Amino acid sequence: MRRLTKVVGAALLAVLIGAGQQGMGAQGAERTVRIVAKKFEYQPNLIKLKRGEPVVLQFVSADRLHGFSCPGLNIRATIEPGKATTVRVVPDKVGVFPFHCDLFCGEGHDEMTGNIAVSDEP
Amino acid sequence: MPKVNRRDFMRLMGLGTIGGAVFMSSGASAMPGKKETGDFYFLQLTDTHWGFSDPKVNPDFKGTLLKAVRQVNALKLQPDFIMFTGDLTHTTEDAAERKRRLLEFREVIKHLKVKRLMFIPGEHDASLDNGAVFKEVFGPTHYSFEHRGVHFLALDNVSDPSGSLGEAQLNWLGGELKKLDADARIVVFTHRPLFDLYPQWEWATPDGAKALELLAPFNNVTVFYGHIHQINAHVTGRIQHFSSKGLMYPLPAPGSQPKRAPVPWNPAIPYRGMGFRQVQTDLKDGEYVITETPLHRG
Ligand SMILES: [Cu+2]
Repeated sequence: MRRLTKVVGAALLAVLIGAGQQGMGAQGAERTVRIVAKKFEYQPNLIKLKRGEPVVLQFVSADRLHGFSCPGLNIRATIEPGKATTVRVVPDKVGVFPFHCDLFCGEGHDEMTGNIAVSDEP
Repeated sequence: MPKVNRRDFMRLMGLGTIGGAVFMSSGASAMPGKKETGDFYFLQLTDTHWGFSDPKVNPDFKGTLLKAVRQVNALKLQPDFIMFTGDLTHTTEDAAERKRRLLEFREVIKHLKVKRLMFIPGEHDASLDNGAVFKEVFGPTHYSFEHRGVHFLALDNVSDPSGSLGEAQLNWLGGELKKLDADARIVVFTHRPLFDLYPQWEWATPDGAKALELLAPFNNVTVFYGHIHQINAHVTGRIQHFSSKGLMYPLPAPGSQPKRAPVPWNPAIPYRGMGFRQVQTDLKDGEYVITETPLHRG
């Protein structure tokens, strides 16, 4: 029992440290960015990341099947309704990388786009 | 009328001096008939987007297809067949409306003098229902046929919403190609490009490289595709790839602007960027003479 408490305590501590540092760097408490896909947009459609900082992208759909493809950072996900899809990313280059929906989803499919902006740590 | 044959094309591509415009012809007259037995010509029409209704992009959205039909009917020498390479209709989430658009499209093209018409779907026709309604109206979405010594392969890279051909179709393609020898004349029709033209705009086929690998051993392969609403010429290995203009609205050059939004209608230059393609065979030399025919302005 004591051991379990210790483990939970350690995990909680890691989360708190993570939160205290705005989710940067602390192992086991990587920053999570939640991205909602719906006809016909992503929220948010500008995702700001830091070079070298691991981040978990969590994709959910508000309506139907969508895709997420960011060729510049080699990120690809299938976003199914009722299910969160996560992709861990460690951006290794600075720049603005467009992403788009790559599973045809209807009339506004071509407008389902956004950008990932990767900057250097200050 | 400017003509470019396979040899010239390969040479020019090698020198890096060719642009899509080289293939454009301002003439709209019929291809002169070749006397050699066996030679023929066919048309590629594409991206007619029946059901599209934004007047800022094309105020003649109801009349453009019929205009193309009339222009084709006016060709002095009629083609052996016409291949429509997808996006016959504009997308709709309503399956009944999708069927209505496909049937209306079929009614309009019944006015064509040419009766041998073939079709493959585009993502607007088929991606939302995996090609179900398209198959109901037009039949199989991938198939092969032979015409006067040329082997035609019509591929479907849209019924899967990711734009993939899929293992089953690739296996089928491999089987078809096994029947042919290395010098066979092969023409492939697809909607999306088989190579990575601009994946950021889905101007690619995720597993297209697998199809190109299957086609690589053959000496005479030409791919005609649609999807990008403009002319583009490209070579992968020994395979030539040509996209055609569409018949509803032009799209910007790959990556030339942030979004692949339609080029707005210009009243000073109506029907700009729209047209169809004539392909004349020269079987003796194993060449194709390609003529891009713009839609008349008037
Ligand atoms: Cu989508």
